[in-house]
Amino acid sequence: MNAIETRSLRKVYPAPAVKKKRGVPAPPAPPSGGIVAIDALDLAVAEGEFFGVLGPNGAGKTTLIGILTTRVRITAGEAVVAGANVTTQPADVRRRIGVVPQRPNPDRSLSVIENLVFHATYFGISRADAHRRGQELLERLGIADKMNAKVDQLSGGQQQRLMIARALSHDPRVVFLDEPTVGLDPQARLSLWEILRELHAQGRTIVMSTHYMEEADQLCGRLAIIDQGKLLALDTPAALKLKAPGDTLVEVTFDGDATVVADAVRAMEGVSNAEARGPLLRVFSKRGGALIPALIDAGEAHGRIVRDIHLSRPSLETLFISLTGRKLT
Amino acid sequence: MTAESLAPVAPSRVFLAILRRDLTVARRELPYFLVRTALQPILFVVVFGFLLPKMGMIPRGYSTTMLPGVVALSLTLSAIQSVALPMMQDFGFTKEIEDRLLSPVPIQLVAVEKVFAGVLQGIVAALFVLPVARLIMGPIPGLSFANAPLLLAVTILGGAAFSAMGLYLGTGIAPQQIGLMFSVIVAPMIMFGCTYYPWAGLAHVPVMKWLVLINPLVYVSEGMRAALTPGVPHMPIAAILAALVVLTVLFMWMGLKAFDKRAMS
Repeated sequence: MNAIETRSLRKVYPAPAVKKKRGVPAPPAPPSGGIVAIDALDLAVAEGEFFGVLGPNGAGKTTLIGILTTRVRITAGEAVVAGANVTTQPADVRRRIGVVPQRPNPDRSLSVIENLVFHATYFGISRADAHRRGQELLERLGIADKMNAKVDQLSGGQQQRLMIARALSHDPRVVFLDEPTVGLDPQARLSLWEILRELHAQGRTIVMSTHYMEEADQLCGRLAIIDQGKLLALDTPAALKLKAPGDTLVEVTFDGDATVVADAVRAMEGVSNAEARGPLLRVFSKRGGALIPALIDAGEAHGRIVRDIHLSRPSLETLFISLTGRKLT
Repeated sequence: MTAESLAPVAPSRVFLAILRRDLTVARRELPYFLVRTALQPILFVVVFGFLLPKMGMIPRGYSTTMLPGVVALSLTLSAIQSVALPMMQDFGFTKEIEDRLLSPVPIQLVAVEKVFAGVLQGIVAALFVLPVARLIMGPIPGLSFANAPLLLAVTILGGAAFSAMGLYLGTGIAPQQIGLMFSVIVAPMIMFGCTYYPWAGLAHVPVMKWLVLINPLVYVSEGMRAALTPGVPHMPIAAILAALVVLTVLFMWMGLKAFDKRAMS
């Protein structure tokens, strides 16, 4: 059975109202349809999967998680999470999911353990059970010594752990994490990875959004790459890496527009694709670093001087760039 | 444990759990709450009940006229604030309410709970101010068992109307405009709320007498007047109670609509 299924999912936010100013000609009317955050998205996540949603900021990751966690209204299509429809049975969905938000939002009027106990009671769990479970979770997440502390006394990483503990306090089947490691130091990030692996090993379905390639690669069994609300690719990290252009990405920044250089480079031997974005030239080639002198020459032939050169080996990152023309971070 | 997470949860149980959270937090802040609630009426009573009569600027006995208004103010301001302020904070900056919006009940229930907790806080404020006023000003003419049901009805309905109004203000107004809310909505409401003068007194200014009827505070003040100082002329009790019921329903409807808009994007 699938833990998550979406069919032709679409979310359009109303366009911000444009105010008319006297004496100033009216600006062009915004697209009447509003801002499309999710567009015709079909997804199926099996029970027990560790599923990643990868995309740059503004790709629609948070909106997607918002929809699946019943906090964002669907414009069209439908989504079923843990066997319940997010639009018609939101309370049933909420009972079966745990949510770790992008920014920790603990209940600051309560202590650490109270955050867990009260949250569990919102799910009908008795206070005694909630307390026992809360203690267990704090121990497992390594913040048991902060049990009676005020939330404000926790560091960023500890607050994120508290959010994970809270999401688990009613033993959900599906756990959603929206960019859980943003703003954490490397050590805290690594220990969070350990925690997530453990949760997955217990048989839970985990859906995590991220814009860190490495994180997605290390943790997720399957990855959906989305940009501008559209699904661009969906597979295991290994398979996706195979799909990445089998070439090294060479990025050369010139002191002026690189369009003319790109046209010249495209004709070179061993170049599978070249495109210009302002002064940035992106070349996919099997020859990798060996191509660099030729690229410098091509630039000089068009009166451009090289400012910066960067090589990337085939990876999720280069796949992403070849799919979207954009960088992840 | 997984089986447990599949079992449906009774909404009433969730409601009580969320209410318990609010009462726990409110109990911890009780000393501040009482100081905040009691200070204003005490100041009023000192100035209008003691200083000004002593100076001969207003007749003695005015404080008795004013007393119901002071109780009405404590009740309504506590009720508004206890809902509007947390709503503004939670939705505007901290997003703390999110953990309750993720509880397995219709999200409107979270808003209804907040209003319910607001009514309770309003009642506590009124019950606290009443004896304080009694201490300072002497016997309150209407404070008898016979009048208790009316006092209770006005307190509950007034608390409900103003908590619901707090829900609307807290969710319908941008956090940046909170100062504006107090100076443009709350301050005129107090001044024209028949708190410091009976509604019947406005007969001298007929336009005002009808104009102030759009002010919800008028009905709470007049209700308190009917219950606490029956000797002072007041609106018909039936009209007061009916108006409070209508206001509660109206503000609740507006508040739930605004809440829904903020809670779901």
